[in-house]
Amino acid sequence: MRGTALTWTKAGVFVLCLVPLLRLGVLAFTWGLGANPIAFVLHSLGTWTLVLLLVTLSVTPVRRLTGWNSLIRLRRMLGLFAFFYACLHFLTYVGIDQFFDWHTIVADIAKRPYITVGFASFLLLIPLAVTSTNAMQRRLGGKRWQRLHRLVYVAAAGGVVHYLWLVKKDMTQPVIYGLLLVLLLGMRLAWRFARPAPGVMVNRPPA
Amino acid sequence: MLIRRPPDIRPSEITAKDLYLDRRRFLEAAAGIAVGTAALGAALVGTRRADGAPVARTAFPNLRHSPYSTSETPNSYRDITTYNNFYEFGTDKEDPSQNAGTLVTHPWAVRIDGDVKRPQTVDVSTLMRWSPPEERIYRLRCVEAWSMVIPWVGLPLAAIIKHAEPTSRAKYVEFTTLMDPKQMPGERTGLLAWPYVEGLRMDEAMNPLTILAVGLYGDVLPNQDGAPIRLVVPWKYGFKSIKSIVRIRFTETQPINTWNRAASNEYGFYANVNPAVDHPRWSQATERRLGEFRRRPTLLFNGYGDQVASMYRGMDLRKYF
Repeated sequence: MRGTALTWTKAGVFVLCLVPLLRLGVLAFTWGLGANPIAFVLHSLGTWTLVLLLVTLSVTPVRRLTGWNSLIRLRRMLGLFAFFYACLHFLTYVGIDQFFDWHTIVADIAKRPYITVGFASFLLLIPLAVTSTNAMQRRLGGKRWQRLHRLVYVAAAGGVVHYLWLVKKDMTQPVIYGLLLVLLLGMRLAWRFARPAPGVMVNRPPA
Repeated sequence: MLIRRPPDIRPSEITAKDLYLDRRRFLEAAAGIAVGTAALGAALVGTRRADGAPVARTAFPNLRHSPYSTSETPNSYRDITTYNNFYEFGTDKEDPSQNAGTLVTHPWAVRIDGDVKRPQTVDVSTLMRWSPPEERIYRLRCVEAWSMVIPWVGLPLAAIIKHAEPTSRAKYVEFTTLMDPKQMPGERTGLLAWPYVEGLRMDEAMNPLTILAVGLYGDVLPNQDGAPIRLVVPWKYGFKSIKSIVRIRFTETQPINTWNRAASNEYGFYANVNPAVDHPRWSQATERRLGEFRRRPTLLFNGYGDQVASMYRGMDLRKYF
């Protein structure tokens, strides 16, 4: 995939990634957010953060399984959208749910394990977003950049734990996300051990 | 008993215009339905529907107002009937409104037994005779830190208990929800130990604030809100107010309520609303009143301290949370 095809694919994925946000906009004008719209928006943004993190993490496994190496060209955008939704999720919590009640927010982050984990995961995503540019990648060097960006595994795990510790009783949803994450990370581990010379596939130039 | 006037209305308590209009539309519609049903009822006096239910559906003529009602503006009918927890019909807030159609509330029998002089099974109309319905506009505070104001139609529980004639051994009242996975699909899951059970200490059950609700906004209770009869204990977190009750048992020992059984470190027996005692995973200091933008501070005993605080004098509310 080169040139125009890539541009169009990127444009399509870009629009697709905005759909969850547009949906919230539409629902807001049609009483679709329900009786507790703030909680609805907060939870929806959190869910989509997690979904996009998992989609980003599935780029490498899907690429290996299908041989569609140009998928790598979409990974940065997907990751940045995950960060975008994480930002909206956090800002909704700070600015709308708690209405900038910093005293409560700080206490929440310190005292509530699920918020501590969620906040830490959000912080972990910041250096990844900052170093997502080509220039930063060059400045850090491929190896170091890659090592840094493995933090996304920790952030995704933190996101799942954040969800798991929040629910009252019905663990179905967070467990599904957790299993998907285990699968995506497990595939990486399996390949790592199965392959005597690591890095060959990863550094292969796009076909 | 001294019945205090609630404090004067604050600007933050004035209902937004769209909510107000929403409510007015509802009331207009309800009035239309009421007139229509009354006419129909008059034409069919003495008849019964195919399911055996009496025809009189808007069933609370001359509803008495109560000094225990708050003057705060109730939430819209739509809020109250589309956003609540009733795990028997699913764990999302909208699930009960979508799934509770399978619940059959006529006929309905309530078993009264345990430490009573004479165990018996009664229907809801008998309970309404024992304790005539009143309008009770109460605040409801969920343990999940959201709240509403709900205009219930309720039967004061104290009068029902007097009719049931508990013996001197009775120290607690235990309530049980219907157990029927066909009608309540959530009971097929292993989420909670079904059927749902709740309990009150005898003095709590006898408190004049405690009611068995049979109606909402002057009409019969919708299935998703716990039809045909549910407990309402406004100074306790919502999970205490058990829905679709089929059994009232008087007992000497403290009942084990369902959420306490599920997670005893998170949900106690008393479950009194208390901003100073946090849920282990979240703060209880503030709440979001549905329909309001800003959180508001949560009040001790949900603002019903004047009526209930004396029952807990000397008790460590952190220990008995």
